[in-house]
Amino acid sequence: MLKTLALGAALALTALPAFAEGEGHVTDYAFSFEGPFGSFDKLQLQRGLQVYTEVCSACHGLSYVAYRTLAQPGGPELPEDQMRAYAEQFTVLDPTLNDGEGGERPATPADRFPHSGLPNAPDLSLMAKARAGFHGPYGTGLSQLFNGMGGPEYITSLLNGYEDPPACAPEDFEGYYNTVFQAGGYPEECKDEEGHHLFPGSWIAMPPPLADGQVVFADGSRNDTEAEAYNAAAFLMWAAEPHLNARKEAGLTGVLFLAILSVLLYLTNKRIWAPVKAGGRPLGADQH
Amino acid sequence: MWIWGIVLMFALIGQIATGVVLAMHYTPHVDLAFASVEHIMRDVNGGFMLRYFHANGASLMFFAVYCHIFRNLYYGSYKTPREITWIIGILIFVLMMGTAFMGYVLPWGQMSFHGTSVITGLFGAIPFIGESIQTWLLGASAVGQPALNRFFSLHFLLPFVILGLTLVHVWAFHTTGNNNPTGVEVRRSSVEEARRDTVPFWPYFILKDFYALAVVLAVFFAIVAFMPNYLGHPDNYVPANPLATPSHIVPEWYFLPFYAILRAFTGDVWVVMFANWISFGIIDAKFFGVLAMFGAIVVMALSPWLDTSLVRSGRYRPMFKWWFALLVVDFVVLMWVGAQPAEGIYPYIALIGATYWFAYFLVILPLLGVIERPLTPPASIEADFAAHYDPQTGGTKQFAGSPAE
Repeated sequence: MLKTLALGAALALTALPAFAEGEGHVTDYAFSFEGPFGSFDKLQLQRGLQVYTEVCSACHGLSYVAYRTLAQPGGPELPEDQMRAYAEQFTVLDPTLNDGEGGERPATPADRFPHSGLPNAPDLSLMAKARAGFHGPYGTGLSQLFNGMGGPEYITSLLNGYEDPPACAPEDFEGYYNTVFQAGGYPEECKDEEGHHLFPGSWIAMPPPLADGQVVFADGSRNDTEAEAYNAAAFLMWAAEPHLNARKEAGLTGVLFLAILSVLLYLTNKRIWAPVKAGGRPLGADQH
Repeated sequence: MWIWGIVLMFALIGQIATGVVLAMHYTPHVDLAFASVEHIMRDVNGGFMLRYFHANGASLMFFAVYCHIFRNLYYGSYKTPREITWIIGILIFVLMMGTAFMGYVLPWGQMSFHGTSVITGLFGAIPFIGESIQTWLLGASAVGQPALNRFFSLHFLLPFVILGLTLVHVWAFHTTGNNNPTGVEVRRSSVEEARRDTVPFWPYFILKDFYALAVVLAVFFAIVAFMPNYLGHPDNYVPANPLATPSHIVPEWYFLPFYAILRAFTGDVWVVMFANWISFGIIDAKFFGVLAMFGAIVVMALSPWLDTSLVRSGRYRPMFKWWFALLVVDFVVLMWVGAQPAEGIYPYIALIGATYWFAYFLVILPLLGVIERPLTPPASIEADFAAHYDPQTGGTKQFAGSPAE
């Protein structure tokens, strides 16, 4: 037993650093919606919507998000007419048109964004909640506790994570080298004898979608790759959690209310128990 | 530690209330379930709060039930005459686990789907009849529409069974009277003596419980509103896809200790090899793991008969205190190791943890009663109370010294 234990400990010690090496680095970006008092920055969401519309939407759908929500409070808050005009850019397949034969019509606010255009491009509606940027350390969950789940941080880092592939990779290896993406292909040439990855990340099917200055924001904000990715990630967080502002507001009200109630109940409780704890047992008067 | 019962009662009613409303908007269909949950999150008024309350409410219930169980184990509340209350409690716990598991299937995300495959696969490990049982449970040979439909139905039904059992649970300890930190029974020889040992439930304990409930709910509310997905798994926001298995299937945190015990007994553990040999190969490592997982709950349920000590409360048992503390640490370690990949040192930690769990109930509890020399408990609750609070003796402000109803 002891022998196997020692062996296990030795194995674990050697395995851990190699395991850590494979982890891509997710930068902890500061977003306006973090923390108990955080809320979405409406202008940032509008910039993110622009990045999504001009770049991401070529391949990726947003099929759970309805156009009308673009005008809802706590979101990008487009003016009603702009939201309608935005929806009309898209066409939807309506099976009720032409006596049930179906036909295309411009989208209305009640419709949803289209599905992904490519079969291997995932829908982005929930992407910011479906990915975690932070783990550990050692499975304790403390990183997530203090930094949040890290979905938007992961998206920003991933869109920023494209680099020239390491020299060990064959020229024709499928995909694009990304230092943050974990689930992609990895050439055998870049692994050591034990199969550990020598470089972080893996090869992703998506070509680098963003470039410096690719999207020009109407308000003249910074538009290098990092800023574009950052805005897109904030927009996707809203797409995944459109009621985040309302949720945090409810949280503040609820916690405040319960905290005051706790204090009042604590004082009442203390008062009620005082005669008992003073040594005099409440015999007779309240016990029948 | 004596407040978790009322927290559980409150949480159960909360789960039923939110669950009934959620069911009004939910569609138990493999193609529509995920979208209907998103519909709740996006379009239903207040739906996002309802769902987060419900999902995190399960965590609250399990946190409370574990505190409740360990409180019982420490103060010996399971001992005679409260065995009935204890056994009903264990039944509630088992039903809770089943209900939580089936509820987790309903959003029909990746973790729902593949978690269900793994857990129902456990029944397939039973020799000879396992596969038939698995098919019978799922209504098909694999997880699909029949499984989703029946899990929805059962997830709706079981909470009411739990509620019924909870009422019996409460009734059972009203028959025997509450335990208390000293573990000394209320003197029943005369009304006068009984009064001296007790304090009425109203207003003393009601107010203490409400105060504790408000504090617990404030923390719960903060988790729901500020970090509702912390205890969940991101993969469950990806719609179920039978063709793509997540790289790392982990159950929810409240199942992790038992999941760790399940995985601890692999084919190269000698107990497993021995069981395999003695049963002519009928008990393989997988089945042994399943037996160990359910066995872990069974040995806990048998505590009233395994504990031979005549002293009820752990307060007056110097050796027991340490073994009990180790059990709590063991439980936390098992929970942590259950979430780790089964490689490197982790399986060894899990194996040691699982071994201690069984050793505590099967060896340590029976032996301690024989070899331990307990301190003398106070003659009565009144005596203990006087020792703590009597102004003449300069009593300390120790809240745990308050007598129970």
